[in-house]
Amino acid sequence: MTLEKKRILIAKPGLDGHDVGAKVIALALRDAGAEVIYTGLRRSPEQIVRIAVDEDVDMLGLSILSGSHKELARSVIAQLHAEEAGDIKVFVGGTIPDEDFDNLREAGVSGIFTSEMTIDSVIAEIERQLS
Amino acid sequence: MNDTATQKPAYNHLSHTPSGIEVPVIVTSEMAGKIDIGAPGQFPFTRGIFENGYRGRLWTIRQYSGFGTAESTNERYRFLLDRGQTGLSVALDLPTQCGYDPDDAMAMSEIGKVGVSLSNLAEAEILFDQIDLSKISTSFTINGTAAIIYAMYLAVADKKGVPRSQLTGTIQNDILKEYVARGTWIFPVRPSMRLIADSVLYANEQTPRFNPISIAGAHVRDAGSTAAEEMAYTLANGLAYVDEFKRRGGDIEKFAKRLSFFFYVHMDLFEEVAKFRAGRRMWAKMLSERYGVKDEKALQFRFGVVCGGSSLTAAQPMNNVVRVGIETMAAVMGGAQSIFTCAFDEAYQIPTETSAEIALRTQQIVAEESGVGRTVDPLGGSFYVEWLTDQMEEKITQIMDELDEYGGVVKAIEDGYLQAKVAERARERKSATDSGARPVVGVNVGKRDKNESDKGEMFSQDPETVKQVLAKHEGIMARRDQAAVDKALEALAKAAATDTENVMPHLVDCCHAYATVGEMVATLKKEWGEFQEPIRF
Repeated sequence: MTLEKKRILIAKPGLDGHDVGAKVIALALRDAGAEVIYTGLRRSPEQIVRIAVDEDVDMLGLSILSGSHKELARSVIAQLHAEEAGDIKVFVGGTIPDEDFDNLREAGVSGIFTSEMTIDSVIAEIERQLS
Repeated sequence: MNDTATQKPAYNHLSHTPSGIEVPVIVTSEMAGKIDIGAPGQFPFTRGIFENGYRGRLWTIRQYSGFGTAESTNERYRFLLDRGQTGLSVALDLPTQCGYDPDDAMAMSEIGKVGVSLSNLAEAEILFDQIDLSKISTSFTINGTAAIIYAMYLAVADKKGVPRSQLTGTIQNDILKEYVARGTWIFPVRPSMRLIADSVLYANEQTPRFNPISIAGAHVRDAGSTAAEEMAYTLANGLAYVDEFKRRGGDIEKFAKRLSFFFYVHMDLFEEVAKFRAGRRMWAKMLSERYGVKDEKALQFRFGVVCGGSSLTAAQPMNNVVRVGIETMAAVMGGAQSIFTCAFDEAYQIPTETSAEIALRTQQIVAEESGVGRTVDPLGGSFYVEWLTDQMEEKITQIMDELDEYGGVVKAIEDGYLQAKVAERARERKSATDSGARPVVGVNVGKRDKNESDKGEMFSQDPETVKQVLAKHEGIMARRDQAAVDKALEALAKAAATDTENVMPHLVDCCHAYATVGEMVATLKKEWGEFQEPIRF
């Protein structure tokens, strides 16, 4: 349980209502020992960054299945930097086409998770990056 | 609480259905018991609601589509209608579904993404251009703003000179499941129930051939629930709407006659067939026993289905064509009234014309070539199917009883209990897929590296969509008669502030005045507040 004492925010930016992936990962992270905060649906990038900063999290996971991942991830990362919280690692999960991976990585996203990946592999990657 | 019925699905694919029913190697005639299922078209309709099945009338082939601008979606509709589609199914973008105008900050980046942007009557006029609303039935997957989109449909029909009495179609208008899965809620649960009752009462009177509510288990299922839970939650939601309607003094028989249901069909063919047969007779029995409904038409459980969803995989996507084919067979053998077949690329993008056409052709192949619709309820009398139908009925009843014990669906939703339940199920399903206990070809069976040709043609969204939508929005805001808009919105606010004045006539007036979806929602929010999501996982 290497995620003990890690604080992780799972967020749903934008209007997308598909929250199962976010909740499944939140449950798995909690079982791995992390303290998990879940924002609930329909948060603006401003609100998400505010919570991340106030809660002093180590990692921010954005769950996006509406196709708006590029715009939303960029907006969140830019605002984290503006708040001098660029050290918070940002991960994106959801329906992310392969051809958008490079774009997200260039934007500063630390990891991209899709439904094809196993939960164990997602947790292992998060553990690796947060250790 | 007592958790026997909703214990973990076993995920032993050889011996158990996905709902956790243990299936013997052979179901004997003794196990099936005395098969007393009556005739098709007769109460309790185990064998179907029509005595002549699909011979009298084929199911409606209804493909869900919509993306980008009203112009591009109108073009796709006319393409599908030209190729034999018999009803429209409108996909709306998230800002329209959640009640934000295109120029709202919350709408940023979501305009035209998962459906068409429809913020005011001018857009609806473009969307239905050259489409005869007196001949085509239109289904809208819309919930949070269902009453508004229905009002807009009436307004566009008024403008085209189509009498309201001729309109056919459906609005989903099922808010309860939005709180549990799918997430396009706006107002708190109780005012939302009032808005639904308003729209149903109005529709029963104004558009007698239009279905003002379609109670959907589909989304809860796709999010993670088992087939038995999908049916149980849907029937429970259905009863909650009947109760609300009754409280408002509505005519239950009239209401029930225009009620329809909507489900997912996933891959376990016989469990799906059993689910529909069980649900159909349970609904008829409940309406008859609990509410004294006598009219046979009002007892009929009419339902549409969607084949695909989370049963489809992004890995080796062409395999999805086969999945959707099997699911379509299950839907037909279960007696569905309308079918939407997902395109094979739906797991990762908006379907292209090619993939949308294959999905449509899948239904035509089942309808025209397979002969499966030749006789009514072709699986009726099978020891296995009759036994499994009984087993499903028992399981569904148990889950509904547990929900009642908890305090009913409204409480379960307000507390976040149902939401947590669905998330738990989703996690079990995911773990079972990861471990291989739940076989999925291409994912944990026959897995291989991706190759370039897997995905076929990619859909590309017109990059100008957002600009066009915003320009049109600005145009209508400048052109419309602002005084008329203000007056209509004010009347809406007044009606919403009362407990019982129906807001529907005011919403239609607002639409005619070119008030926007965002303005109408903001007006209602002021009176009713917003839903506060319980965070429980």
